[in-house]
Amino acid sequence: MKYILLLAIIFFSSVTYAQDLDLLEEEDEETIEYTSATFKTNRVINGHSIETVAKREFDLKISHRFGFLSTGAYDFFGLDQATLRIGGDYGITDNINIGVGRSNVAKTYDGFVKYKLLRQSSGLKKMPITATWISHMGVTTLKWTKPDRENKPSSRLHYTHQLLLARKFTEGLSIQLSPTVVHKNLVDSSSFKNDILSVGIGLRQKLTTRTTLNLEYFYVLPNQISNENTNALSVGFDIETGGHIFQLFFTNSAAPFEKGFITDTKAKWTEGDVRFGFNIARIFNF
Amino acid sequence: MKYTYIIFALTLLGIFGFKNHGSIYKSNTGNINFFSHTAVEDISADNHKVKTAFDANSGKIQFSALIKDFQFKKALMQEHFNENYMESTKFPKSTFSGTIVNIDAFNIEKNGTYTSPVSGKLTIKDVTKTVEALGTFIVKDGVINAKASFNVNPEDYNISIPKMVSEKISRDLKISVDVDYSHQH
Repeated sequence: MKYILLLAIIFFSSVTYAQDLDLLEEEDEETIEYTSATFKTNRVINGHSIETVAKREFDLKISHRFGFLSTGAYDFFGLDQATLRIGGDYGITDNINIGVGRSNVAKTYDGFVKYKLLRQSSGLKKMPITATWISHMGVTTLKWTKPDRENKPSSRLHYTHQLLLARKFTEGLSIQLSPTVVHKNLVDSSSFKNDILSVGIGLRQKLTTRTTLNLEYFYVLPNQISNENTNALSVGFDIETGGHIFQLFFTNSAAPFEKGFITDTKAKWTEGDVRFGFNIARIFNF
Repeated sequence: MKYTYIIFALTLLGIFGFKNHGSIYKSNTGNINFFSHTAVEDISADNHKVKTAFDANSGKIQFSALIKDFQFKKALMQEHFNENYMESTKFPKSTFSGTIVNIDAFNIEKNGTYTSPVSGKLTIKDVTKTVEALGTFIVKDGVINAKASFNVNPEDYNISIPKMVSEKISRDLKISVDVDYSHQH
């Protein structure tokens, strides 16, 4: 008796609830829900994020890092000096990107190939993370510091390979882990390693629909490079305006390419050696 | 015990009584297009997976569209549409529930063209407003093609447009509906 009553109430309530759209059978068939916009753009701050630009889109990137804030008013808090990179990412497909750039740090040309291996999804197909592989190559074109010794062109080359693993935990919070290996064909001393292992962590928290707070840290495993080196730590904001994305940040690294900021950073946040920097991204469609 | 029977009977009525399957026409592949025209830029997106149905007896007509199913030409625009304007994870669906006012003048069994105002409640981002449009219904061999268009102001539905892109997005968006309904047996 009680059960019948209960059953009746359940039926009744479900019927009245669906009244407004009673003609539509609202049992939505399950589909694959791919996660989008884990990050606002394809860079966390210095390093790449798992995001790729879509097919036939070109993302023009202009990056600046200024001098140390600690230089004071005479150098306008670092704005009198700047390192920069101009480059771009292009989508061959939605998942395969290539990119090139030129930086004034050691007159470096760089290029990369990026491939999105897995996409985070829920629903019919469940995948907890997005995974992207990226391989960079860089060429420094500075004049040889010791022109009288035998200098091989291959000594100018360096490579970086990264597996980027990210998860969008909530609408606002995304976290990325980036195991990285940097290979330098030539190192300064035989006590330094040619292959340098590190791991990056990136975090972004949405503040509004159009702005995010980002944090990025690259930890270099010990006993591989000079102990004068420090780990790159950056904190900044993404501001999306519709056509452009502005990334404004503070960092202790100067080089706007992977080998540089992961293995050549020497400045310390603790000593106030922090730079202001920005990346501007503008997407063009072809 | 009598009481139970009454409730039970009412429940059955609730489930079966009001659903007159004989007069229901449906589609799961309705098309809704929205079009924004400004001097700077034209923006258009289509959703081809709209669920809709109408009752040829009562004139009730209903739509349900998933926001993420709107397809744009530019991937970035689609991302911004979902992320910034529609907040589609928070508000996944947009719905319309209304009436074909002159349904009694239709002879749905016969080929022909009928027009009628359609009015009802449009819900976008949990904001519900009354809208009205003139619908054209073309009956051809059991399939009913329905078309209507009306204009909405995104700002009425809690969709904020930042100043920087203000010139690129119309405050008078044209929504066009195009559906082939088939009879539900």
